[in-house]
Order: sequence, then structure tokens, then C-alpha cells
Amino acid sequence: MRYFLRRAGFFAATLWAAVTLNFLIPRLQPGDPAEAIVARLSGRSQAIDPAQVAAVRTMLGAPDGTLLTQYVNYLGAVLRGEFGVSYTYFPYPVTHMIGQALWWTVILVGVTHVLSFAVGTLLGAWAAHRRNTRADSVITLGSTFVGTLPFFWLALMLIYLFAITLNWFPARGGYGPGSNPGWSWIFFSDAFQHSVLPALALLIVGPIGWIIGMRNNMVQTLGEDYARLARAKGLPQRRIALTYGARIAILPNVTGFAMALGGILGGTVLVESIFNYPGLGRMMLDSVTNRDYPLMQALFLFITIGVLLANFLADMLYGVLDPRVRREVAA
Amino acid sequence: MTAELAATEARRATRLPGWLVILWRNRKCRIGLVMLAGFVLVGLLAPGLAPYEPRDDSFDGSLPPGAGHWLGTTARGEDVLSQLIYGARISLVVGLAAGALSTVIALVVGLTSGYLGGLVDEILSFFTNLALVVPVLPLMITLAAYSPVKGLWLIVAVISVTGWAYGARIKRAQIISLRTRDYVTAAKFAGDSTARIIMKEIMPNMTSLVVVGFMGACLGAIGGEAGLAFLGLGDPASVSWGAMLNQANNGGAMLTGQWAWLVAPGLAFAGLMIALTLVNFGVDALSNPHLRED
Repeated sequence: MRYFLRRAGFFAATLWAAVTLNFLIPRLQPGDPAEAIVARLSGRSQAIDPAQVAAVRTMLGAPDGTLLTQYVNYLGAVLRGEFGVSYTYFPYPVTHMIGQALWWTVILVGVTHVLSFAVGTLLGAWAAHRRNTRADSVITLGSTFVGTLPFFWLALMLIYLFAITLNWFPARGGYGPGSNPGWSWIFFSDAFQHSVLPALALLIVGPIGWIIGMRNNMVQTLGEDYARLARAKGLPQRRIALTYGARIAILPNVTGFAMALGGILGGTVLVESIFNYPGLGRMMLDSVTNRDYPLMQALFLFITIGVLLANFLADMLYGVLDPRVRREVAA
Repeated sequence: MTAELAATEARRATRLPGWLVILWRNRKCRIGLVMLAGFVLVGLLAPGLAPYEPRDDSFDGSLPPGAGHWLGTTARGEDVLSQLIYGARISLVVGLAAGALSTVIALVVGLTSGYLGGLVDEILSFFTNLALVVPVLPLMITLAAYSPVKGLWLIVAVISVTGWAYGARIKRAQIISLRTRDYVTAAKFAGDSTARIIMKEIMPNMTSLVVVGFMGACLGAIGGEAGLAFLGLGDPASVSWGAMLNQANNGGAMLTGQWAWLVAPGLAFAGLMIALTLVNFGVDALSNPHLRED
């Protein structure tokens, strides 16, 4: 129980730290990002609501009031989910825009992350099972080499090969001009076709970390005394590899699963901007190029909280899977 | 026996430092060192090697690779080969500077946290774990977006500030295991100051860890710079490989068939990463004698 409480405490503390970081970043800057946004919002033809100005000020910094009162107002706004209006998509509030982009990223990253984990862990286990054979060196050296290639460059090569030269898949966008987002078969098949190349780009690089991690862990577990005992008992190789080697070697990968999410979501900024995919990553980059600070701040906070939440869940799962960590804290 | 002795004498006579001998004996590391030296030379001699100025756009646009321009020209009419050669400088400078800076941060945080323990450790470990889970690229983008000055040093600062956590965690673990060794306790009883114990007793045992951490930080920093530059958030004044890919992508290199503009920067980047990875194999051997090759 103490383990779970400790992890919950850590989660709460990181959550607070992330929210505070989000408060501090725009306020540490020279100049006044809020003023710039308000000025540009007022310059628009549509009328701007004073409440919207106030919301932007709460998020990005106000000229009046001490830092403490600003902070209290900011925390209140975050709790109520008021993140202000987007400059680019005026008069939509940023939460509306994030809600639209969220599903594209969740589905793309969710599917590719799980697949990468499965493929990588299996390949790593296979390499460890057949260690020091040709299959092992092909897998390890191959993944090390692919890992050195710049990820966004691989994505560009995929577009060049499959979209422009062979014309198999559409190069850019989340859906074509002929279909509208909705619950229709045409839209789903169109969206699937558009997601093949971004998913492929993520799937080429995704498994590498799992392959190397799993192989190294499992080579070690297979050298432990209990694995030697299993061999002495004459158990079949397959069984030793699966229930004696892989079962324990997979544990660090489980914690890594959530830890890696932060890196993957960073990678989606690259993937989504290359493929012009309508997810959170591209929206983040667009908000930066358009100096849409309210949207950018809210996106940063959303992505960070998502990663923290995933890590918390992984910690909980780890506590259930591996009784040793629970005992360690109790002792 | 005599031949062996003679060889030892000869080695002594050349007076190469011990660490270099160990690195050089590892075959993978030797290849990596040669490759890395090649990149460093290209970076240093860039003004002499490059056929043209990297920003000189007086040529015809989107030329295919040919006699005048070995790798063709960009859409704006710049020589791709010259940009590629100058790009090596940016990657090396950012890798070295950001790698060193984040290693220093990691070392200070790891040392303080691991050696002092207690409340200081709790607080520093919290920040380390926090920095480990915060998504790095969105944080880098946010920091870079607000900055009024967009220079190479901003990129170095952003990468170092976001990339120190992993190294700090590993160094802290190492310190904790070293701090309770007998020779450290002996030094304490002898009345040595904390600073002296850290510098004389603990640091020598951390050298290889620091070097490996530095190499890893260099790899990360070079990748980070390329990513930021590719997104158009790099230093607009410098021609880096990431910026070249950004322009190639936006300049329609795929549609005009100017493939060299797109392929060359990626391969150059991969070559530098491979060189550093290979050197790292040898650095691992420094700390772990089992990995040494003869």
C-alpha cells in the first residue's frame, strides 16, 4: 500500500510542478506575450469580448497584480478548464481546438506505440533466445543502424518512395478533400489510407529501444541461476526462454512503456508536421509559427499532463506486476 | 618474450596516454574515431573545402547533381555540397557545447543529490524525475518560441536545460554506491574535507561514467538541433543539416527530382551519429575491462 501512496504523491507533485512550469514560462520572458496577443486579437474585425481578454491575461501574464494573485487566478482558470481563446482559430476557445486534434494523435500514437512495443519486445526476446547467432547480430546491428538515422529524414524518404514515386498512399493530410470527418465508411477508409505513412514512419523507429532493452535484459536473466536450474532439469528451450527469461526481462520494458511516451509525443510533432496530419503535434508547431501563445501553452500543458498520467498508471501496474518494488518501500 | 618486451618498450616510448591506447585497440572504436576525425577535419577546414560560399545563391536553382555542383543546387540556387560541408560545423559545435553543458548540470545535480542525501536528495531527485517525464521536444519548442533572440546559443541552452536528467540519475546512483566504500570512510576519518573527498576519492571512479554520459548527451544534442532546425525553429543565420532538410522539404526537392538535396544531409547526419556510437563502444571498454579487445 505504501508503494501506491508514494507513487500517487509523486504524481500529484509532478502535476503541480507541470502546471506551475506552464505558469512561469511565459512570465519569465522579456516583453509581455499576453500584451502582444491581446493587441493582435483587438486588431481583428470581429468584436472581442472583454472576458476573452481576461482569460488570455490569466494564462499568459497580466501587467497588474502581484505574481501571487496572478498565480491564484491562473490555478483557478486551469481547474475550471478556461485556457483562453486561440488567436489562429478565433473565436474558438483553445480547448475546443485541442479536443478536435486530440483524437487524431491518440489513435495514431496509441496504435503505433502498442505495436512498436509488441514487435520490439518479441524481436528482442528472439534475439536473446538465439544470442550470438546470425539472427541476433542482424537484429541488433540492424536496429542500431536504423536508430542513428534521423527520424524525420526517414519520414521524408517514405513520402518520396511511397507517395511520390509509387503513388500508393497520399503524402499529406489526415483525410482527403472528398470526405468529411464523420461516422461514415468513406471517411474511415480515407483516414486509414492517410495514416499509413505516418504510422509506418513511427513503426520503423519505434521498436528499436524495446529490441535492445529486451535483448540485454533477457540475456542477463537467462544467465541467472534459476535459468541454469531449468536447463539442468531438462526443460525445453522454448519454455526456458519464455517463462524463465522473457517473463522477468519484460518488467523494465513495462515501466519504459510509459516513460517513452514523452519521447513519442515529441516525435509526433515531427511526424505530424511532415505529413501535415491534423493532430496535436502539428497544431503545436502551427501555434508556434503563428505566435498563438494561448494555444501553445494549453497544448504544452495537455501533452505534459497526458504523459504524467500515463506514467502514473504504469507505476501502478508495475506495483501489481512486480511484488519486489512494494516490499522494497515497506522495508 | 623478448618481442613482447620490445613491443611494450616501443609503446612506452611513443607515450600515448593509456585511455587512447585502450580506445584504439577496440576495432569498432577505431573506425568510429577515424570517422569522427574526418567530420572534425571537414568542419575545421570548411572554408577551404567548400567550393562556394554556403549562402551564395547566384547559381541556377534546382540543378541536378553534375560537374559544376556535385550535389546540385537548392531551389534558391545555393550549392548543396558547400552547405553540407558547413553544416558539419553546426552539428559538431552544438553537440560539443550542449553535450558539455548538460553533462556539467547532470554532474552537479547528481553529485550533490547522491553525496548529501536526505532532504536535498529528495528535492533534487524530484526535479530529476520530473525532467525525465516532461516531453522534451514540446518543452524545447515552447522555450524556443518565446525567446526574442534566435541564435545558435539559444539552441544550445534549450537543449542543455531539457537534456540533463538522465545523466543526473545515473550519476546519483553511482555516487550512492561509491559513498559508502571503505576508502571514502577512511578519508572521512582522516579529516579530509568534503570537496577533497569528492575530487580525489570519488571523481576518479566516475570518469568513464562521465565520458559515456557526455557522448550520449552529444548524440542527443545533435539530434535535438537537427529536429528543431527541421521544424524551422533553429538558428536562421546558420546552415545546418536540419535546416537544409527543412528547406529541401519546403522547396519541393521531391517534386523537382533534386534528390541529392534531400538525401545528402540525412546521410551526413547518420554518418556522424554512427561515428559517435562506435566511439562509445570503446568508451564502455574503458570502464569495463571485460569488453576490451587486444
